Amino acid sequence: MTQDNAFSRRAALKLGASLGVTFLASPALGAAEAKRKLVVIICRGAMDGLSVSPPIGDANYYALRGPIAIPADAALKLDGDFALHPKLAGIYALTQAGQARIAPAVAIPERIRSHFEAQDLLESGGDHLYATTTGWLNRALSVQSGGVTALAVGAQEPLILRGPSPIQSWSPGGKVTQDMARISTVLQDLYASDPMLSRAFASGMQTEAMAETFSGDGTMNAPVQPQRAAHDYAVTTAKFLTQAGGPSIAVLSLDGYDTHAGQGAVNGQLANHLRNLDDVVNGLHDGLGDSWSNTAIIAVTEFGRTAHINGTGGTDHGTASTMILAGGALRRGGIIGDWPTLADTKLFENRDLAPTLDVRQVFKGVLRDHMGLEARALDETVFPGSSAAPALNGLIA
Amino acid sequence: MTASKTLEGAIAVTRFGLGAKPGEMTEAADDPHGWLKAQITRDGAEQPQGNLPGSVERFQSFIGYQTGLAPIRRQRKAPMTVSMAGEDEAMQQHAADQLKEERRAALQPLLEGVRDEIFARTRLAAATSQSFRERWTLFWANHFTVSTSKLQASVLVGPFEREAIRPHVFGRFEDMLVASSTHPGMLLYLDQARSAGPNSLGGLYRKMGLNENLAREIMELHTVGADAGYTQGDVTEFARALTGYSIGYKNDPPDEQGRFLYRPQLHEPGARTVMGRRYEQSGQDQARAIFADLAASPKTAEHLAKKLAIHFVADDPPRALVAKLRDAYLRSNGDLAEVAHSLIEAPECWSPEARKFKTPYEFVVSGYRAAGAEPSDPAKEVVQPLTFLGQRPFAAPQPNGWSDVAADWAAPDALVKRLTWATKFSAYYAPNDGAPVDVAAATLGDRMSAALKTAMARAETRFEAFSILLMSPEFQRR
Repeated sequence: MTQDNAFSRRAALKLGASLGVTFLASPALGAAEAKRKLVVIICRGAMDGLSVSPPIGDANYYALRGPIAIPADAALKLDGDFALHPKLAGIYALTQAGQARIAPAVAIPERIRSHFEAQDLLESGGDHLYATTTGWLNRALSVQSGGVTALAVGAQEPLILRGPSPIQSWSPGGKVTQDMARISTVLQDLYASDPMLSRAFASGMQTEAMAETFSGDGTMNAPVQPQRAAHDYAVTTAKFLTQAGGPSIAVLSLDGYDTHAGQGAVNGQLANHLRNLDDVVNGLHDGLGDSWSNTAIIAVTEFGRTAHINGTGGTDHGTASTMILAGGALRRGGIIGDWPTLADTKLFENRDLAPTLDVRQVFKGVLRDHMGLEARALDETVFPGSSAAPALNGLIA
Repeated sequence: MTASKTLEGAIAVTRFGLGAKPGEMTEAADDPHGWLKAQITRDGAEQPQGNLPGSVERFQSFIGYQTGLAPIRRQRKAPMTVSMAGEDEAMQQHAADQLKEERRAALQPLLEGVRDEIFARTRLAAATSQSFRERWTLFWANHFTVSTSKLQASVLVGPFEREAIRPHVFGRFEDMLVASSTHPGMLLYLDQARSAGPNSLGGLYRKMGLNENLAREIMELHTVGADAGYTQGDVTEFARALTGYSIGYKNDPPDEQGRFLYRPQLHEPGARTVMGRRYEQSGQDQARAIFADLAASPKTAEHLAKKLAIHFVADDPPRALVAKLRDAYLRSNGDLAEVAHSLIEAPECWSPEARKFKTPYEFVVSGYRAAGAEPSDPAKEVVQPLTFLGQRPFAAPQPNGWSDVAADWAAPDALVKRLTWATKFSAYYAPNDGAPVDVAAATLGDRMSAALKTAMARAETRFEAFSILLMSPEFQRR
């Protein structure tokens, strides 16, 4: 991927000034947007929307899914038509408080069944595959006035945050020793001729210094109970978001949703991964404290899975899936988008749940009403060529 | 020795190889092309050494683990006796914890087997004098990813690489494709082993059905590539042709367990059409014929050529190089030794600018090579640091394997993690003899910049100098 070298150098110089000593807050943001928090959770591997939000009122659901359908009496009922998977208890509690909603039939703009191409399109925000090589959330930063920054949580930088605007990244386990601080000053000189390394290294050291300002409470260490790791990472992510001068946007990735065999129902493979997702949302809720009321969370996957159970107790690559919105900034409301039903004649290519809503419409609605982005920037820069997929109204209070 | 020879020597050992061991820079500079070509051998890659059981033995251990679990599961599901129901919740919790503990204990030997594989393979990479051969091998192992992300397949990740990949890395691509697609590791990882045609005996009488995962990934990832123009219909047809490709389980005779087993009762009867070609063959020959056509396809040649060029030269590789590799593949009917020769001979590979950013595995391995050392503790020196750096071997999160481009590995946090590892590593392994600038010269040769040379001279301790060397742009890139 090519980099904007001039920009990188400038950014590096700016960040370098505060490197390795203490974290210096960026210029006071002041603007209301800076207090607004946005978290995007990417569920990789094609998460099965029909298990996330089982359509218990759809006459065909139980016949199509057989043993991997979520029984109506075990599911957490949203209304007569939809429920949530029993492992999503935390998110369910939020729906009851008007702070979480589902969009049960969303899809990316192009019909693709390759994980990797579909994730590229989901994260790049293009109107078709390979239309753009940077991420939509990075471009959203570049049109945002008010100095909003973003944080990628995890060892790798996801495509959604790649692009011209510098971003931060963090994962647990780092600690800047005195040796490292001293060596880092030498490295900054050596990196002067290498913009990619220069910019990334300066940002990384700065973020680590920030993390150390709230490391006293033990959440930075390896979690005591490994099964709560997802919750703890989310709590730490929330702490970044609530630091003075910290990022306003964070991206987390979860994987393991590619359930071709032995998918399970109330319990099992997929159920375990859904519990992880629930833990992350709960962790954000717990960690954000007062900031929860200014927060919107989007949990999204690259595509859904076949409507019919396959031959090995799982499901294959499909089309539409469920998106989850959560956060105190949401407007109370019901299901987002139309339900195409699982009737034979309504299935896409006779096999998949058909999409009724473009993921970009939801993203645009949240960016406009929550983060204050202008409609034109959304149509032209953040999601180029998307004017036919207008921002959805009424998502944010 | 000419100046260009010494620079080419440095490029040979760092860009084509896995980084210089002490003395290697001088050896390669005599004849950089010859040094590389001597590593192309018909018998394939070197094999990691150690107590490493093959897939049959490993699979039987897995069956043993599952069989051992059965009584634990039954115990958990058993209805509570009257006296138990009367106990308080703490007692029940205690019993549940104990079951979990037993399960963990039973799993332990299987996990240790994976650790042994990771350790043996990393030691080989750190120690080998054939580091181009090993890099070439690692490329193909990543191309045909089988990952520990799925428990059943996880016990077979090491055997898969040793049995299906390493023998074939300088042979015909089709042979590697067949070896991969018939290995129990791949058949389990991509859910092929239980896939059945709807009109097969298994489909008609045992409610078994089709699973298209392996068929799709063979087309998309292993051969023609996602942009080859095939449809969902092609994937489904290929999946039907593949039905019957399975493995021996615990109910099969012992000599079939853990091996490839073709099960005619799962095979979908009839001819298939994939990407416009009709396949009339019956039984397992049908998928074999499709493998042959996929391997011979110009789309596959293009897909592999591009991936190789990205791996060796640049994230955005020169088109002329891709064309040369593609032509070598097609001219030789997919002979990977010929493709390796054309890679070495392409001038595009020898440009002085180092455009590739090392992956964490390459970074750690080349660190050991620079120190002239090998890791000796499997957990502390290999598994934990590589997990910390984001690339635990055999654990790629998705079937497309590890990314090969800088954008995925040069995140801000990743560089801090590299510095953390570099300082810890240098504290133990910084070479004790020779001036730091000489150590840097033995590691980077003519690729060392004037700025790094100055930094080496100014460093206060050997520890500091070696840390800086490992983190320098010249060492991070290749």
